[in-house]
Amino acid sequence: MPPAVVVTDLVKQFGRFAALRGVNAEFAPGRLYAILGDNGAGKTTLLRALAGLAPPTRGSVSVLGTTDLRSICGQLGYMAHPSLLYDEMSGMENLRYFARLHDGSNADQRCSDVIRAVKLDPSLTRPVGQYSQGMRQRMSLARALLNDPKILLLDEPFSNVDVRSARGMVSLLTGLRDAGKTIFVVTHQASLLEGAADEFVWMEAGKIVSRTPDLATATETA
Amino acid sequence: MSTIAGLTRATLAKDLRLEWRSKDAINSMLFFSLLVVVIFSFSFDPTAEESRRIAGGLVWVAFLFAAVVALNQTWAREVRNQVLDAYRVSPAPPNALFLAKVVGNFIFVSVLQALMTPLFIVFYNLRALGPVYQLPIVAALGTWALVVNGTFFAAMSLRTRSREIMLPLLLFPISIPALLAMVEATGAILTGEFSAKFWIVLLAAYDVVFTIASLFLFGFVLQAE
Repeated sequence: MPPAVVVTDLVKQFGRFAALRGVNAEFAPGRLYAILGDNGAGKTTLLRALAGLAPPTRGSVSVLGTTDLRSICGQLGYMAHPSLLYDEMSGMENLRYFARLHDGSNADQRCSDVIRAVKLDPSLTRPVGQYSQGMRQRMSLARALLNDPKILLLDEPFSNVDVRSARGMVSLLTGLRDAGKTIFVVTHQASLLEGAADEFVWMEAGKIVSRTPDLATATETA
Repeated sequence: MSTIAGLTRATLAKDLRLEWRSKDAINSMLFFSLLVVVIFSFSFDPTAEESRRIAGGLVWVAFLFAAVVALNQTWAREVRNQVLDAYRVSPAPPNALFLAKVVGNFIFVSVLQALMTPLFIVFYNLRALGPVYQLPIVAALGTWALVVNGTFFAAMSLRTRSREIMLPLLLFPISIPALLAMVEATGAILTGEFSAKFWIVLLAAYDVVFTIASLFLFGFVLQAE
């Protein structure tokens, strides 16, 4: 099976600062990758490059067989550290709008399904700005799942989420992985993904320095 | 797949809903315009004829500066929580977002004009001596000129550190031909001394050129880092 994502000599510079310094990697489809590393290691930049939000300075990113990421963005789900939601609208209103951006058909049903999948109530009329941080994170994950993406890119999905909800999210992600989705999770809470992630990818100073299926080995190597 | 028109409608409806709930743009625009009307009316006490001569400039200065407030708000909502990234990773075309923002701003500034025009008439004792039916045409074309450029340059200045300052710096110089046409056309209609047709045609041409240019370039602005 061809790789879902191929990154070749990827360099991403912001002015003089190089956030990514020649990343080379292939990622197989239908697997869950945990991307780990210290602050400033380039994890978020790598995720943004895969999402097409940070075009490479040099090198290339190929997702689902194409380097034209705009052409496959309908098959990507992206969750950033900020919520990517409008604070003044309810969760359902937010998702209805984002569903229109992808494909408006059967939007209400799809929105309700993904909201329930992240263990929130679709009938909640409160604006997202009044949600707790954890609820906002889960609603943000629901937004990323709206278009039933083949590739899911999640930046710190468990931050500020209580342990029980975080475990619920992990179980949801493993279910999605088992259904054939390729999932990238940038996280500082790697232990939550122990036993769930297929591979732990350790980044340091803009490079991938180790890839291992075992969390202990990944952190030891670091 | 939704059409551009459908996506524009959805984004416009979302923006109107957000504005209805927060009233950020309309309140600040109203406050600013009210200040202009009141302060200028205290500063000098013109005769009806003098009013007709200066009203064109006065009205459009008030609307221009008030519009800048709305234009800054438009994109501020998209930057908060980085919601714009959700749009950028969707297959929705950039032009749908741009058109929705322009139409939204056009509605906000038109509402402001509808509310402020009676006050201008009362405070400055205005009565048009030329063809009044041309005034709404000038207002519509002039407002479109302001918002189409304003929306574009507000998007361009999004990622700059001091975007509130950057927007007027970019917008005002490029709007000079349109402003000149608005002021002259309004003055011509109010005084009845000369025809406003040339200025109206100039405004219409300006609108066509800048709308096409903005639509063509907005995709690059949206995808820029």
